[in-house]
Amino acid sequence: MIATLFASLFTAGFAAAVIRITVPYALAALGGTLSERSGVINIALEGLLLIGAFTATLGAYFGHSAMAGVIGGVAGGAAFGALYALLVVTLRGDQIVCGVALNLLADGLTRFLMKATFDSSSNSPRIDAWGDVGTRLIVLTVALVALFHVVVYKTPFGLRLRAVGEHPEAAASLGVRPARIRWVALVVAGGLAGLGGAWLAADQRQFVAGMSNGRGYIALAAMIFGAWRPVRAAAACLLCGLAEALQIALQAAGVGVPGWAVQMLPYVLTMITLAGFIGRSHAPRALGRLDRS
Amino acid sequence: MKLARAILPPAWATLIALGVASALIIAVGGAPLAVYRLLVAGTWGNGYGIGQVLFKTTPLIFTGLAVSLALRAGLFNIGAEGQLTVGAFATALVGAHAAPLPAVVAVPLALVAGAAGGALVGAIAGALKAWRGAHEVINTIMLNFIVRAVMVGLGAHFFEREQIHTTPIAASAQLPRLSNWIAQLHGSAANAALFFAIAVAIGAWWLVERTRTGFRLRAVGASADAAATSGISVPRVQLFALALSGAVAGLVGANFVLGYKHYYEDGFSGGIGYIGIAVAVLGGARPLGVVLAALLFGTLSQGALAVNAVVPKEIVDVLTAVIIFSVAAAAPAVRRRIALASIAEAARA
Repeated sequence: MIATLFASLFTAGFAAAVIRITVPYALAALGGTLSERSGVINIALEGLLLIGAFTATLGAYFGHSAMAGVIGGVAGGAAFGALYALLVVTLRGDQIVCGVALNLLADGLTRFLMKATFDSSSNSPRIDAWGDVGTRLIVLTVALVALFHVVVYKTPFGLRLRAVGEHPEAAASLGVRPARIRWVALVVAGGLAGLGGAWLAADQRQFVAGMSNGRGYIALAAMIFGAWRPVRAAAACLLCGLAEALQIALQAAGVGVPGWAVQMLPYVLTMITLAGFIGRSHAPRALGRLDRS
Repeated sequence: MKLARAILPPAWATLIALGVASALIIAVGGAPLAVYRLLVAGTWGNGYGIGQVLFKTTPLIFTGLAVSLALRAGLFNIGAEGQLTVGAFATALVGAHAAPLPAVVAVPLALVAGAAGGALVGAIAGALKAWRGAHEVINTIMLNFIVRAVMVGLGAHFFEREQIHTTPIAASAQLPRLSNWIAQLHGSAANAALFFAIAVAIGAWWLVERTRTGFRLRAVGASADAAATSGISVPRVQLFALALSGAVAGLVGANFVLGYKHYYEDGFSGGIGYIGIAVAVLGGARPLGVVLAALLFGTLSQGALAVNAVVPKEIVDVLTAVIIFSVAAAAPAVRRRIALASIAEAARA
């Protein structure tokens, strides 16, 4: 039994399963990293993934192509990122409250619009236009992680982003406008999470109500575990993907590790990390603070 | 001024929410006024509707109070969902073994178990916040998912065979339906837990506004630094606040377990922990405000079923989200405006 299990872990199928699970985590975590680096807590990742999955489905359905789907996902996520920015940056609403509300809105609105568009609030029809867009999205995800590593650490924008997240007053005194940087960060974060949503929709070839299913929170956890750094956050996502794929493999092999114990692992690890028991993970200093400038 | 501060944001929020909802209703080809009329008729228009509204209001009072109590100490409890799950489960387990006990012992015992279960989950986030400085928002979210996973494990042991619920509780632990006294409410699930919820709201008001403990809570919420300087142990208050918050959330089982189904059922909550955040925000984190806000969301929740034939019932979730947005975004603006007005007043005096 153990032997068959081990054999199943070194197959292309297992690697594919790991990557399949990791991609949406990584994209959402990347979005989370950007927005939190600018000083804005992003509880809304869950809702952004869900909205992205829905608008991607609309794009692929009405545009009859995977490309239209991907664009739809990114655009929907970015639009909701802009809504979030309007609420918390411009109107200075509480970030936690607005994040929770955005998740609720995403869940309600997608079901509402599903009923209006497809006459079912739970499932869209199967969409074959997605084809095999998956491989290209995997490459794109890896490229985006590398790109945002460079953006955050090697560009003037990245320097401003980090400055605004650490000390907005100091950044403002040097002529950087925190509100503008945060708007950009939140819209891009929305687009990235929306792309993650497009992956979910493409992977399942349809939209299912509530299909983000807590992935946004896993991404949030991975982002913290990855110490608010793009590459480390993506690596943490890979770890989560590995754990989940392993759990599925274990179950299939009939090995007696309870699934629920594996399921709670990323959350427990995040709590341990946050409490500073393993390694150090410092949040951006201005995280969640209201912008006074 | 105080009145304006209390009334303006919710009034503003309700107007915006009605605007958005009307736009959505028109977009799907409905008539907003007809939908609202249907919503009112299906809730406050008949005895059964009123009973169901009260039934749905009850747990929201608990979760709204839970979130509010933490908020008064400056802490955000996103974990009411996990806390109420553990609490209701504990209530059901104790209730199931309460057969030899009289009701005056069985009911309080089951509720204490619920409060203890919720407090335990809240205290984990509280302790990590107090002594490790770990952000309670992230930790309470993580705990929600940990509880969800653990319940899968516990369910395998405690649920009845082939079912997703626990063994029914003893008759002595059951709370009576309100329809026993008011015949018009016949058929609705409203039960005596409503009175208990209101009592807890009064208790929360008394604790926060009239006791030394409550003063410490508010002091830490107003400014942790100032509180620490004046000799208050901030970590202890934070731990207490989150444990208390969890305990109140853990009382939710009174309504569903003791008063309605008489067992714990997987997924019974349907997100009332999260709606509790909306209740607390709309209610201004004050007990009276929370009870009124719970009544509004209870009405919307029941009203959703009444309008479902005309517009998708999910419109209520959209409405709820827009109300929260509007309060959250309007609150700072209103605060600023009132602050300006009072400065102007002071200048004139």
